Amino acid sequence: MTAMAAEKPRGIAGTISDVFFTRPQLLTLLLLLPPLLWIGVVYVGSLFALLLQSFYSLDDFSGVVVHEFTLATYSQLFEGSNVQIILRTVTMAALVTVASAIIAFPIAYYAARYARGWMKALFYLAVMMPLWSSYLVKVYAWKLILAKEGVITWFANALHLGWLLDGILALPIIGGPSLSFSYLGTFLVFVYIWLPYMILPTQAALERVPTNFIEASADLGADPGQTFRTVIFPLALPGIVAGSIFTFSLTLGDYIIPQIVGNSRLMIGQAVYTLQGTAGNIPLAAAFTVVPMVIMGFYLWMAKRMGAFDVL
Amino acid sequence: MSPAVRFQNVSRHFGSVRAVDGVSLDIEPGEFFALLGPSGSGKTTCLRLIAGFEQPDEGHIEIFGETVEGVPPYRRNVNTVFQDYALFPHMTVGENVAYGLMIKGVEKSVREAKAKDALAMVKLGGYEGRRTAQLSGGQRQRVALARALVNGPKVLLLDEPLGALDLKLREQMQEELKSLQTSLGITFVFVTHDQGEALSMANRVAIFSDGKIVQVGTPTDVYERPASRFVADFVGSSNVLPPEFAASHSGTPSWTSLRPERIEVVSDGAAIPSGYASVKGLISVISYQGAVTRITVVTEKLPLIASIPATTSLRKGDHVTLAWPKAAMVAMGESA
Amino acid sequence: MSSKGKTVSPLGLRISAIGGLLFLHLPLFFIFLYAFTTEEKSFEFPPPGLTTKWFGVAWNSRPDIWPPLYLSLQVAAIATILALIFGTLAAAALSRTKFFGRESISLLFVLPIALPGIITGIALRSAFDIMSIPFSVWTIILGHATFCIVVVYNNAVARFRRLSGNLVEASMDLGADGFQTFRHVILPQIGTALLAGGMLAFALSFDEVIVTTFTAGQQTTLPIWMLSELIRPRQRPVTNVVAVFVFLVTLLPILAAYYLTREGEHTGGSSK
Repeated sequence: MTAMAAEKPRGIAGTISDVFFTRPQLLTLLLLLPPLLWIGVVYVGSLFALLLQSFYSLDDFSGVVVHEFTLATYSQLFEGSNVQIILRTVTMAALVTVASAIIAFPIAYYAARYARGWMKALFYLAVMMPLWSSYLVKVYAWKLILAKEGVITWFANALHLGWLLDGILALPIIGGPSLSFSYLGTFLVFVYIWLPYMILPTQAALERVPTNFIEASADLGADPGQTFRTVIFPLALPGIVAGSIFTFSLTLGDYIIPQIVGNSRLMIGQAVYTLQGTAGNIPLAAAFTVVPMVIMGFYLWMAKRMGAFDVL
Repeated sequence: MSPAVRFQNVSRHFGSVRAVDGVSLDIEPGEFFALLGPSGSGKTTCLRLIAGFEQPDEGHIEIFGETVEGVPPYRRNVNTVFQDYALFPHMTVGENVAYGLMIKGVEKSVREAKAKDALAMVKLGGYEGRRTAQLSGGQRQRVALARALVNGPKVLLLDEPLGALDLKLREQMQEELKSLQTSLGITFVFVTHDQGEALSMANRVAIFSDGKIVQVGTPTDVYERPASRFVADFVGSSNVLPPEFAASHSGTPSWTSLRPERIEVVSDGAAIPSGYASVKGLISVISYQGAVTRITVVTEKLPLIASIPATTSLRKGDHVTLAWPKAAMVAMGESA
Repeated sequence: MSSKGKTVSPLGLRISAIGGLLFLHLPLFFIFLYAFTTEEKSFEFPPPGLTTKWFGVAWNSRPDIWPPLYLSLQVAAIATILALIFGTLAAAALSRTKFFGRESISLLFVLPIALPGIITGIALRSAFDIMSIPFSVWTIILGHATFCIVVVYNNAVARFRRLSGNLVEASMDLGADGFQTFRHVILPQIGTALLAGGMLAFALSFDEVIVTTFTAGQQTTLPIWMLSELIRPRQRPVTNVVAVFVFLVTLLPILAAYYLTREGEHTGGSSK
C-alpha cells in the first residue's frame, strides 16, 4: 500500500466544491433560491394579487373594476345569498370530512394492524390508485351511476326498493329529481373522491401505534372499546386531522363536482368560477376565495399544533 | 519529525455547548492512539476535526506538519472507519472498496486489483461481488476498514470501531486491528467509550471529560497513576479515598486511588504483612463475577470495594480485615 | 384479564374494510362498461347492447380529441421536468441543514396542495391579468408546475431524510468533492424517489382540470375537453373511451412510482 499524494487536483468543480464546503449556508441558499422564488414569488405573489383584488369593487353600472381600496366587496360577501353559499359549502365540507373519516378508519386500521406482506401491498395500492387516478374520470363514473336511468335506480328497482330511493329523493334539502341532481349525490361523490386522502394519513398514524400499547392497555384491564377510545383513537387523531386538511380544503374549493353532480344551488367554488367568468366580478370572486384561505389557515394552524404534519 | 496529528488549543462550539474546549494534543507517527471518554465528552468531535467534517472555532490543527484549517475532508490524506460503517448500499463490496481509487481516477483494472488485495488483507477475499446488505456486522466492519486502508491514508480514524459487534467478535477484531496496525505502520486514531478496549489496543490514551483532555499517557500510566478522580473512576473501577482517610492509612493527605484488585482479605488472627495498610469492616454486598468475586465492605469511614478470588467462602455479613500494599495507594493531583 | 394480541381481525372490521375498498373501486368499472354500450344519448343501465365501435369512432372520426391530447402531453412533460428540478433543489436544501425559518418554508412548499386548486387557479389568473401576460401553453405549465413541484418535493424530501448523512461524509472522506459525491452517492440513492415523484407529477398534470380552467384561456387540454363533453355530451360512449384512455395513462405512472419507491425501501435505506 503506497501512500498517495494528498493533493487532489483542483478543477473548477473542486474549487466550487471547496467554496461550498467552507460556506455550507451559501450552498443551502443557492439550492433553496430557485424553488423559493417560484413558490414564494409566483405562487404567494399571485395569492397576494388575489387578496388585493378583494379590496377593490365592481362598479354596478359600468361593470368595470374600480381600483380603489374599499371594504364594500367584503360587506357584499356577507349579504344573505352569499352567506348561504358559504354556510352551505362549509357544512358540506364538514359532513364530507366526518363521513370520510368514518369510512376510512376501518380500512386504515385493517391495513395497519392486520394486513401483512402482499396483503399490505395490495391495500396500499388499492388506496393509491384511486387517489392518483384521473379526477374527472372518477366524477364521470358517478354521473353514470347516479343518473336517473343509471345503475343505482336499476338496482333499487331490481331489489324492489324503488320506493326507498323515491322516499330519499323526496326528502327536503338533500333530495332532488334524481341522485345526480341532489345534495346527497354531491355528498357521495365528494366522499368518494377525497376518501383516499383520509385513509393514507390515518393509516400512517395507526402504523405508528406499537402493538404492545394495545396489549398493555388490554393487560391493564381495558376492554376493546375502552382501548379504542383511550389508546388507539387519540393516537390516530393526528392522522385523521391530517387527512381532514385535504377532505375539508378540497371540498371547500371544488367547483367541478357540484357542477356535474348536484342541484343548481351554488357552492363557494362555483360562485368564484361564475363571478370571475361570466359576471366579471373579480373583486367578489377574490373575496370569496379568502373564505377558504382563512378557514384553511386556521385549520392548518390547529393541525400543526396537534402534530398532524408529522404523518403527512 | 512533525507529529502525525497536532492540536493546539483547539475549541469547537455547537451553540453554547463547548464540545471541544481548548484541547492540545500531539499524536506521534505510527502510534495506535485512543480517544477515550464517556459520550458527549468531545472525543468524537475531535476525530471529526481530524477528518475535516468539523472545523475548529479556535486553535490550530496540523496533520504531518500541514495546517488543515479550512481544508475539506476530500483534500486530506486521512480516512475514516465510521461507527455504522456507512457502506454505500447501492454498490457491491468491491465497488465500495474501490470508491476512493475510482474518485482519484485510478484505472479500472488497477483499482479492482487493489480492492481485491485490500479485501484479502481483511480476510474477505472473494467477497468483491457481494451486496453490502448480505454481510454480517463483522464483515461490514472489515469492508469499511478495507475501503479506508486501500487509499493508503497517513492517518486512519476509527469511530467506535467495535461498538456494534458482539463480545467474541470484538475481542477477535481487537487482535486483528492491532496486528494490522503493526504491520502497516500507519497512525491509527480511534474513539471509544470502552476503557477495556482502549487499554488493550492503544499505545497511548487521551481521556476526555467535558470537552477537555484530563490525562494523556500509556495504558499503564492512566490505569496505575490516574491523574484525577474522574480518570480513576472511568478507567477501571477504583476506590477513591478522601485525603484524611489516605493520610490515616500511611498515604499522603490527598485524594487517593486504590484499585479493588490490590485489596486482599486477611484471615482472622493472621498478621498484616509489612508494608501493608489495613482496615476492618463488614461485607454488605457480595457479587460473583466469574473470574473474581467482588465484595463491598463497609468500614467505619467509607465502603471499600475489593476483588478477591472466586474460590472465597466468605458470605454477606462476615466481619473481615482488608489489607493493601501502601504503594497501591496513588495520590491524585486534584480533588475533582 | 388480558386478551392476547389477536392476529385474526374481527369480522365487522373486515367487512367494513372490504366494503370501503369496493366503494373505492367499483365505480371505475362502470367507466369501462359504458365504453361498450350501444346507447349514446343516455346512461341507461344495463346497457341495451354492447359494441366496440366507439373505439374506432374515437380513433377515426373525432379529430377534436387529438389536439387536446397533444397539448396535455406537452404540458405534463414540461411541468414534470420543471418540477423535478425545483422540487429536488427544495428537498435538498430543506433536508440539508437546520436553519432559521426552515419550518415555515417547509409549510410554504405544501401550500399549493393544501389550499383548494381554485385558489391557485384564480390567483394565477389575476396575476396574469395584472401583469398583462397573455394565455399560452406556458401559463398552463406555470400553474401545473406549481403543484407538481410539491409532489416531487414530498417524494424527494422523504428519501433525503432517510439518506444517512454518514454516506455523504464517507464519500468526502474517500476523496470525493461535493459534485462527485452528488453524482456517485446522492443521486443513486434518491434517483428512484425522483423518478417516482416525476411519474406522479406527470399523472397529476395530465389529469388536472381545476387550475387549468383558469390558466388555459381558450386552449383545450384533454381534461378540459372531457369536462365540456360531460356538460354538453355529444357521443357519451366516446367520452368513456377517452376516460378509459386517460385512466390508463395516469394509472401506469402510478404503478411505476409505487414499484420504484417500494424497491427503494430495500436499496435506498441506510446500511442497517
